[in-house]
Parts: sequence; structure tokens; C-alpha cells
Amino acid sequence: MENYLISMAVSAGIYALMALGLNVIWGMAGMVNLGLVGFFAVGAYVSALLTLKLGAPIAVGMLAGACAASLVGVAVTLITARLRGDYMAIVTLGFAESIRLIGNNEIWLTNGTDGLSGIPGPFRGQLSPAEFNLLYLAIVTFILIAAFVLAERLCHSPFGRVLRAIRDDEQVAAAAGKPVMAFKIKVFAVGSAALGLAGALYGHYTSFIAPDIFVPLLTLYITLSLLAGGLGNNRGAILGAVVVVTFLESTRFLVPLIPGLGPVQGAALREFVISLALIVTLRLRPSGLIPERLAPPALPRGASRAAIGSGS
Amino acid sequence: MTTPSLHDLAQLVVNGVMTGTILAVPAIGLTAIYAVLRFPNFALASHATIGAFAGYLANVGLGLPVLPSLGLAFLGAGVVGVASDEAVLKPLRAAGFITTAIGSIALTIMLESAVRFGFGNELRGYDLPIRRDIRIEGVRVGPQQLENLAVAVAVMAALFLFLSFTRTGKAMRAVADNPTLADIKGINADVVGRLVNFVGMGLAGLGGMLIGLDTTVDPLIGFRTILSIFAAAVVGGFGSVPGAVIGALMVGIGEELCLVFLSPNYRSAVGFLAVLLMLSLRPRGILGQRAY
Repeated sequence: MENYLISMAVSAGIYALMALGLNVIWGMAGMVNLGLVGFFAVGAYVSALLTLKLGAPIAVGMLAGACAASLVGVAVTLITARLRGDYMAIVTLGFAESIRLIGNNEIWLTNGTDGLSGIPGPFRGQLSPAEFNLLYLAIVTFILIAAFVLAERLCHSPFGRVLRAIRDDEQVAAAAGKPVMAFKIKVFAVGSAALGLAGALYGHYTSFIAPDIFVPLLTLYITLSLLAGGLGNNRGAILGAVVVVTFLESTRFLVPLIPGLGPVQGAALREFVISLALIVTLRLRPSGLIPERLAPPALPRGASRAAIGSGS
Repeated sequence: MTTPSLHDLAQLVVNGVMTGTILAVPAIGLTAIYAVLRFPNFALASHATIGAFAGYLANVGLGLPVLPSLGLAFLGAGVVGVASDEAVLKPLRAAGFITTAIGSIALTIMLESAVRFGFGNELRGYDLPIRRDIRIEGVRVGPQQLENLAVAVAVMAALFLFLSFTRTGKAMRAVADNPTLADIKGINADVVGRLVNFVGMGLAGLGGMLIGLDTTVDPLIGFRTILSIFAAAVVGGFGSVPGAVIGALMVGIGEELCLVFLSPNYRSAVGFLAVLLMLSLRPRGILGQRAY
């Protein structure tokens, strides 16, 4: 049971990292990314292949996975950032599906639908499964905290302010002399790096990846996490991921309790309930559990006191 | 791979025209919904599946011939389309197109898992008479394919007549062209929205069954083709009905011709490549965004 809870916490951490990445791209800069599972897959495959086939250390693999996802993100942005958002939605979704097709078909590299197994994990051989789980939870927590601090810094920096300006009105930001395109490319690169790192973490934890894992449903889970927690809000992204993983896992236990359902029906019912939950969230709480709250504008010390004094 | 003879190429182009014409039916549905409601409706995938299964129930369950089954596929998907839009997507539209697009992905997974709940994952086939392929100059065509082609062309012709000459068709074009002006002229946008959902999702259902007649039916049938459908609509000019037809033919022929030097598994990536090329070179698509 402890092992189960710990592995649940690890997946919550990985989901939270993805939600943070998506929050940087979508929440802060307002760029659509419906193909985030594709960047997750790129990170997972690059890191797994480097460690499996070239014997690279795990940390190097993870770093390379994040970098590769980031580069792919730049390429996708270069093609789509000038276009309207609805095109970007289509292209990112198509991108993720194409990555899955490559994973299915380039058997010499990815082992096709059978997937890659035996991906090394840190000290997996030397530790008992329980110890390994705990160690991995510590690693994921550490990376998540680091990513959270970075994302918070980014959010409150001048860079983050420009991103919000672009999100709220691109033309105004451009008129104010901000190079909108460069900002979009940078933010997509940062966000995809987090998505790729999450993919690498996933692969080294479960030791197995296959194209079937990288389906649009996963994109939906992360979108649901971010929306449930609060779009544009880093704390919300993490809280949302925890809520969503708990919810997903509880449906895993509850669905088999319904008598007379086959495995296919059970899986279908789970997907039904999860997508219904997303629709209900979109409908009832569009701003999430923790709505985005922007810091008051930075004013000189005297002025800010005056502002507080005059009260609201 | 050996270089294909002229003969093989002719066969590929003929296959491409067949695939493209069938693809045009759901692509028109998608582009029409986009023209009026202004968001990419990913729920089209599950409506194609619903149409395919409605047709399956009519054809195999009730023993109806193919043509009335196609009608029921249209009707079934159209009714579900209107109902799901009223219940799920319409309230989201006020929150912007990203929210609506995400809602439509959730909706498509929801409807698809409902179909899977009822029918399971296995592949099914329609009840079709076995007939010999027709050979013209060595190019092979199945009689069912020819019938599908005829149905697709007839449906498109009917749609063009409807959009050009009926009052309702003109109202739909007016809302797509300029919603504010249409509103001033007293056109009820709600009614037009419902109508475009019925027709658009109905076309998706019809297209889903046409694709199923050519291959097999399972709950993923819509999802497998959705990329090609989007590619067709975007390449032709998202929001343009004649553009969707041209785009579908291009994507259909392109998918077949790519078989010469690509593994058939990459078929659905061809549409994506076409979208990337088109968006980099001519972002408005071939015919631009004029609705008609």
C-alpha cells in the first residue's frame, strides 16, 4: 500500500511538472498547445534511447530529453506562432499524433508498438523496490520544487509581465516595442523543456515506454490539472495535478466495483467519467481552485503606502 | 522499393480521388461549422464514429440496404451533434475558442468511450453483397467504391444547391460572412448555429459510414481520420466549403501517392505535412476563408 501511494505521488509529481510547463506556455503566454503529449514523448524517447543504446548516464539522458523537446518546441513555434490560435491548436495536435506514428513505425529505433523496456533507473539494481520508489519520489520532488521556483521567478520577472501582455493583447505588446515572436519562441522552448523533462522522468521511473502511452487522453489529463488548479497560476498547476491524479486513481478503484462490466467497458467508463469531469470543470470553474491573482503593480515605496492608505 | 510503372501511378491517383471525395464529406462539415461558429470542432471525430455505428445498426441490425442506412447515419450523427452542442459546447463558446476547442476534445473522447462501452473494441463490417471489381485499362475499382463516390458527389451537389438557392442556406452563409450584419438583418444566429451543427455533424456521420464501407468499423474510426479531415479543411482554406472539397482531393491523392516512397503506416502524417507546408507558404489556404 505504501508503495502504491508513493508511486501515485511520483505520477502526481510528473503530472505537476507537465502542468507547470503547460502553464508557462498557455497560462502565462496564452499560446495553445494541444499536443503537449508529443513533447512529453520526445523527452521520454530521447532520454531512454541515450541511456539504453549509448549507455549515457541517466542525468545526461534527462537533460538531453529536455533539450530535444525544447528544440522541437522552437521548430513548432517557428511554423505556427504567426498564425491564429485555432491553427496552432490543429498543428500541435497533429504534431503529437505524428510523433506517435513515428514511435509506432520506426521499429529500428523505437521498437515499434512493443515499446522500449529495461530503461535504467537511478540505483534500481542496488535498492529494494520500496527504497527505489522513495528515492525517485525525492528526485521528482526536488526537480518539481526547482521548476516551481523557476516558474515563479519567471512569472514575476519583467519577462513574465511581457508574456501576460502578449497573452492579453498581442498587438498592444507589439506596439509597445516588444519583440512578440522572440518572446513566444523563448517561452515555448522553456515550457517544452519542462514537458520533455517530465517525459524523461516518466521513462526512467516505469522503465518502459511505448507509443500507446502518448495518447491525447494524457494531454487532456494535464489540461484538466491546470484548469482545475487555476490557469496562469503555478501553485494551482501543482494542486490541480494532485487533485487529478487522486481522481484518476480513485476511478481505477471505483469502476471495478460496478458489477457486470468487462475490462473494455470499465476502461471506456473511466474515460467517459474523466472527460465529463473536464467538461464540468470548464463549465463551472473556469478560473480553477486558485484563480490567478496578479501582484499589484510595483510602485515606489511612498506611492505604494499612499495607495494602501487611500484603501479600496 | 521498385520504381512504379505509369500503370501503378494511375491506380494510385484513382484511389486518391476515391479517398479524397469521401474525405470531402466530413471536411465540408468541419469547415461549415468553423465558418459559422468560429472554432475548430474536434468532436467531429466521435460524430463520424457515431454515424458509422448508426449506419451499422441500420444495416446489420435492421437489415436495411446501404442507401437508407447512410441516411440514418446522417440523421443519427446530426441529432447527436445538435444535442451535444447545446448541452456541452454552446455554453463554453462565450469563454473563447481555446476553451471550446478543449471542450470539444473532451466531448469527442466522452462520446467515443460511450460508443466503446456499447459496442466494444472489435472490428465490424457492413453487410455488403460480394461483387467483382471493375477493371478499366488495368485500373481496378470496386463497385462499392463507385457507389460511395456517387453518394459523396450527390451529397455535395445537394449541399451546394441548398447553400446557393434556399433562404436558410443563404442565412447560413450570411452569418458565416458577417455575424453582426446578419444579426441586424434579423437572422437568428442560434437557429443557424443549430442548423449548421445538424448538417455539419450529419455530414461527419455520413462520411464516417462511407469510410467504414471502404474499410472496417470500430470506435476509433473517427479518430483515425480526423487528422486527414482537418488537413483537408485547412489546406483548402479553413471556413471555405469549395476549399474543403479541393483540399480533400489534394490530401486524398497526396496520401496515396506518398505510398510510392513511404510506408503505408505514415498515411495520416501526410495530411499533417500538407498542413505544415500550406501554413508556411500560404497560411490562408488555397481558397482563403470566404465561406462560399
